[in-house]
Amino acid sequence: MAKENNTQEKVSSKEEAKKKEMILFLSNSEEKEHFLSKQNRKLLSDPLNDDNPITVQVLGICSALAITVQLEPAIVMSIAVMAVMAFSNMIVSMIRNLIPSRIRIIVQLVIVAALVILVDQILKAYAYDVSKQLSVFVGLIITNCIVMGRLEAFALGNGVYKSLLDGIGNAAGYGFILIVVAFFRELLGSGKLFGYEVLGHKGVTVAESSGLYALGYENNGLMLLSPMALIIVGIIIWIQRSRNRKLIEEA
Amino acid sequence: MEWIRQRLDKIKEPFSKGKKFEKYAPAVNALDTFLFVPNHTTKKGAHIRDAVDLKRVMITVVLALIPALIFGMWNAGYQYLSQIQAEVGFWEALGHGAIKLIPMIVVSYAVGLGIEFAFAIFRGHEVNEGYLVTGLLIPMIMPIDIPLWMVAISVVFAVLIGKEAFGGTGMNILNPALTARAFAFFAYPTYMSGTKVWVSEASDVDAVSGETILGKLASGNEVAYSSMDMFSGLIPGSIAETSTICILAGALLLILTKVGSWRIILSGFIGAAIMGLIFNSLGGSFPDNDLMNFEWYNHLIIGGLAFGIVFMATDPVSAAQTTKGKWIYGFLIGLFAVMIRIFNPAYPEGIMMAILLMNVFAPTIDHYVIQGNVKKRKKRVKAQVKTA
Repeated sequence: MAKENNTQEKVSSKEEAKKKEMILFLSNSEEKEHFLSKQNRKLLSDPLNDDNPITVQVLGICSALAITVQLEPAIVMSIAVMAVMAFSNMIVSMIRNLIPSRIRIIVQLVIVAALVILVDQILKAYAYDVSKQLSVFVGLIITNCIVMGRLEAFALGNGVYKSLLDGIGNAAGYGFILIVVAFFRELLGSGKLFGYEVLGHKGVTVAESSGLYALGYENNGLMLLSPMALIIVGIIIWIQRSRNRKLIEEA
Repeated sequence: MEWIRQRLDKIKEPFSKGKKFEKYAPAVNALDTFLFVPNHTTKKGAHIRDAVDLKRVMITVVLALIPALIFGMWNAGYQYLSQIQAEVGFWEALGHGAIKLIPMIVVSYAVGLGIEFAFAIFRGHEVNEGYLVTGLLIPMIMPIDIPLWMVAISVVFAVLIGKEAFGGTGMNILNPALTARAFAFFAYPTYMSGTKVWVSEASDVDAVSGETILGKLASGNEVAYSSMDMFSGLIPGSIAETSTICILAGALLLILTKVGSWRIILSGFIGAAIMGLIFNSLGGSFPDNDLMNFEWYNHLIIGGLAFGIVFMATDPVSAAQTTKGKWIYGFLIGLFAVMIRIFNPAYPEGIMMAILLMNVFAPTIDHYVIQGNVKKRKKRVKAQVKTA
């Protein structure tokens, strides 16, 4: 009996020691980090340039083509994606040790879908016009590769705070490209920014127009078609890689 | 001659290696080789000794374009003068066309070569001559009244996105001149299609039908031109694509000098004729569709089909390279051109779409031709081994 007790105690003490070690390890790794340490800042800033979801990882291209005709929906879309990514990354990271790895995709999908529905309802309540313009593309955030990609690649293996930063950072990188593309498409395609006629008013004839249109300027119809979004993204990639040579893949 | 050479060498001195303006050497060398045949030769690998280089090839194409260009210039004036019911004198017509066309050519060359020179200096390679032809082709396939800045922007798009993004001359997958036209067509549709753009200053004159023949057919109007008019080119259209006679003269030069592939040209016309015949035979069941009932031989001589097949489809960079591939490539261009015209009257430029489409597929065609050949030879080897 005594012997058995002894072994049990030994086992429990071993487990406790392991636990203590774990706690020490976790607290060490999480406490030692500054609130916005260099590493954490990198999580935010990398996706804006070196690890941009659109131009480097080439994820989420579909929505970049569809909703960048005007600036306003593009900005609303980036905010929506940011909200969804930040919260889904956070939630998945919180329960990452509880999710059986076999059904993790379904769990992630449920979380993302719930968040997307929330965002959609909020948009419908407070920004009805824009939500009508975005139509199905808010719902399609669920299938946006960036969201699932970051959940799989980052949130499942990292702490809550870091996952939150990673979500915000990647959504910002996505939104940044979206806004740049939308800026050029709206400016050159319809001569407006946020719906204001910044290049002057276009009348039926040249005499009735003002601003640039009075000089014979015309809007570029190709900018309104989705291939042009792809070409603008291509130009951004071109500029980015000629400035940052390490992004160029070996041929 | 010797004296000119020496003067040129003296001018070039500050641009040579290690000197002050070394960076700008490509620009100076390009201008130099316009005057003198460059004396550098291929140093590595097996090669054929030949007097022809890229510059001579390009100049041959430019020469082949001259008849169509002159006729286009004259026709622009002819269409303008006959619409205001003025007397059509040869020099008046030519002069009117020249006033319209020459600024376009100047803009096209200035903008395009500017970008080419900038890229050559920036990337440190020699200026390539590919733009000599492209720069002339772009104004030739535009409507006569298109604003110059639109030409400039189309050129910028074609050279930057169509060519330099892929690595410059010889690397482009699409024909740059057609890329420019496609850009203008989708970006500024009101200036590139419709009833008002094909005849110079047509919008100023009322009750003038300045439509192209395909436009007329699509809207169900009567065509007042005879087949002879279409063949000789006395019809409204993009500047230099109207005259099939002049284009065929150019084609003859291209074929005789072996610059353009006669296989692509011939199979292109065959493809268009076959598609035209198919639609003609179906046309009986669609009596309302004028495009379908338009005689097949007329399809060959209107709407830039000849121009596209002779000067654009034969572009050695973007066309198929294998002999069998050339037949397939040309045939499908003709086939699709007529098909697009008839099925989609909103895009009367069927030939433009067809060539761009087949440009994309040319490497695939080549791949399958080569694989087919590999298979055939493998089979032959097997058969030989068996018999032996």
